[in-house]
Amino acid sequence: MSVPVLFRGGRVIDPSRGTDGTADLLVVDGRIAGVGHNITPPTDAEIHDIPGMVVGPGLIDLHVHLREPGQEDLETVATGAMAAAAGGFTAVCAMPNTDPVTDNQATVGFIVRQSMRAAKARVYPIGAVTLGQQGEKLSEFGEMVGAGAVAVSDDGKPVASSHMMRTALEYARTFNIPVADHCEDMSLAAGGAMHEGIISTRLGLKGIPAAAEEIMVARDIILAELTGGHVHLCHMSTRGSVELIRRGKDKGINVTAEATPHHFSLTHQACEGYHTNAKMNPPLREDADREAIRQALKDGTIDVVASDHAPHGYDAKEREFDQAPNGILGLETALGLAITELIVPGILTMPQLMLRMSTTAARIFGLPGGTLSAGAPADLVIFDPAAVWTVEPSRFYSKSRNTPFGGRQLTGRVEWTLVGGRTVYRRS
Amino acid sequence: MAPTLALGKDLTGLEHLSAEQIRMILDTAVPFKEVSERPIKKVPALRGKTIVNLFFEASTRTRISFEFAEKRLSADTVNVATSSSSVSKGETLVDTARNLEAMRIDMVVIRHGSSGSAEFLGKRIRSNVINAGDGQHEHPTQGLLDLLTLRDHFGRIKGLKIAICGDILHSRVARSNIWGLVKLGAEVGVCGPASLLPRDITELGVTVLPRIEDAIQWADALNVLRLQLERMQAGFIPSLREYNRVWGVSRERLSRAGHPVMVMHPGPMNRGVEIDSDVADGEHSLILDQVTNGVAVRMAVLYLLAGGAPDWQQGGGHE
Repeated sequence: MSVPVLFRGGRVIDPSRGTDGTADLLVVDGRIAGVGHNITPPTDAEIHDIPGMVVGPGLIDLHVHLREPGQEDLETVATGAMAAAAGGFTAVCAMPNTDPVTDNQATVGFIVRQSMRAAKARVYPIGAVTLGQQGEKLSEFGEMVGAGAVAVSDDGKPVASSHMMRTALEYARTFNIPVADHCEDMSLAAGGAMHEGIISTRLGLKGIPAAAEEIMVARDIILAELTGGHVHLCHMSTRGSVELIRRGKDKGINVTAEATPHHFSLTHQACEGYHTNAKMNPPLREDADREAIRQALKDGTIDVVASDHAPHGYDAKEREFDQAPNGILGLETALGLAITELIVPGILTMPQLMLRMSTTAARIFGLPGGTLSAGAPADLVIFDPAAVWTVEPSRFYSKSRNTPFGGRQLTGRVEWTLVGGRTVYRRS
Repeated sequence: MAPTLALGKDLTGLEHLSAEQIRMILDTAVPFKEVSERPIKKVPALRGKTIVNLFFEASTRTRISFEFAEKRLSADTVNVATSSSSVSKGETLVDTARNLEAMRIDMVVIRHGSSGSAEFLGKRIRSNVINAGDGQHEHPTQGLLDLLTLRDHFGRIKGLKIAICGDILHSRVARSNIWGLVKLGAEVGVCGPASLLPRDITELGVTVLPRIEDAIQWADALNVLRLQLERMQAGFIPSLREYNRVWGVSRERLSRAGHPVMVMHPGPMNRGVEIDSDVADGEHSLILDQVTNGVAVRMAVLYLLAGGAPDWQQGGGHE
């Protein structure tokens, strides 16, 4: 077995137990042996003094695209899991819009095996709601869950049929998994390249109105109420969506939601100059939307931060704006953006952020992790909350480089990531 | 020439030009108009320059107007239409332009269906890039020729009331007109079905005129936009017949204004849809003046981007 490790003198934050303070943390046999003051380590233990560092449960990202199988030139399970580790994530949930679509137990099992082989961040597959994400025939949820799927989603595409969404929410209850939905009324959003507003008007780009998202958010919440199923709303981007979720939660409906770092960091102004790395779906919105997302992360209306890590190749993004694909990388900049945009301005406290990026994520998808309780696997992130660094896409572990944050200075840098007590990333 | 007036490398739109730069282009166009009236319609201003007209969308008027402008300045020109080029084999815009540039060209005039394509290209090649219409973004030389036509007729732009009528949402002509007119001090109104007005358009400094009758009553001149047939298929309006009845510019509607209202149209016209024939061909029509001015304005833009001074007749700038 591995030698015991004592992390001494860091700021240990465990939202699962509501603790935050300077303490020592002991890892034995890949598990957390204890958190406390002046822990006496076993005689053979490695001791690391980490004053000034934050130690928390490893970050968990409920929404990433790892492109394997199908587009291994953009990302693989292994490179994505390594990028995750470098971003402080110990677990990620991989969306099913692979090629072939992850809509069956064999593909789910393949992704699990690839992640075991990579042995970096844990990778939990999300199965498709419908075969081929076509919206017509339910996938075999039970078999996919048996193979390791933790949720279902037709991400990238909404479940357009309300009947199909209702059925999925009902059927998913048997397996106690959420149905994660990409909320978009396709007839309103058709052909859209960015948020509909003054910038789209000026740039002459077809806009996607906020209503395209909000209509589906409202429908999904109503169907969650009807069925008692758990609906998880992906990458919320508008103030209207926040309002709808708040009302749904007030009524006790089983709805959870996520927001991305880019939606709490940027607005549609980033599209000026036709920068394709500012093109994503849902699109970057207005100041008031960004502010509503930040407040929703503070008050818990939005439960978690999820990156929507979406690798694309250079050539695909190096073209006319309306021809470029949607999406940007997220894993290696998520924590830095969260600290820079949410902690530094005083919107969230560090324990609140750890809740949104780890503990709550584990809870709502029923994943291990998100805790420093004794006996739990030692999935840990150690970061310097004050370190200032510059985003250099050429140094990413991801295979792709598509980020609008290149050259940006961020506060908060991941130093060390451990999965099951094993180092999967340590800053050199 | 004051350096602040220089147009820079490319002309991608009027949004980022100053009023002074726009006036300089219009002033430069005036003497070029005379060139086209000569028996020998040619000056040596761009002798030895190579210009590629890269048209990814169908165009008659704009392409021919640019070609005349180039030839009357003695440039060597090549026309590339996408249907007969390697673009139809899947070559990207950048690769196409870089290959052309490897043959040592000086300027590219581009018409492309994607908004921002001219700016995109301009950032990636050394040659001057002139936007001849990019998606639904801008059509700056059309905006300039509309300005010149209005200035010729009214003797000024400042204080004029100009109503842009029709499909504002999908119109690059509307955007270039709005920028140019607002910068030069005109009052701008937009008028069309609400389903064809862009979001937050009033933030560009324009007034929304609810009905065509309001626009006619208010305006000194109308710029009537072409209604694309596909807008009806896409459900923005119910029928061309109703469009003409509710939004069409007719002689009768014009006569009710009680004052002369001049009429422009960027072409090609749908006679009997957005504009009736007796208006298009009537005494208040400036439509053919626009076409004539198009050549002069494009000569001015080509000349200025190539490094020429505004006072070219006095011998500045060219060999």
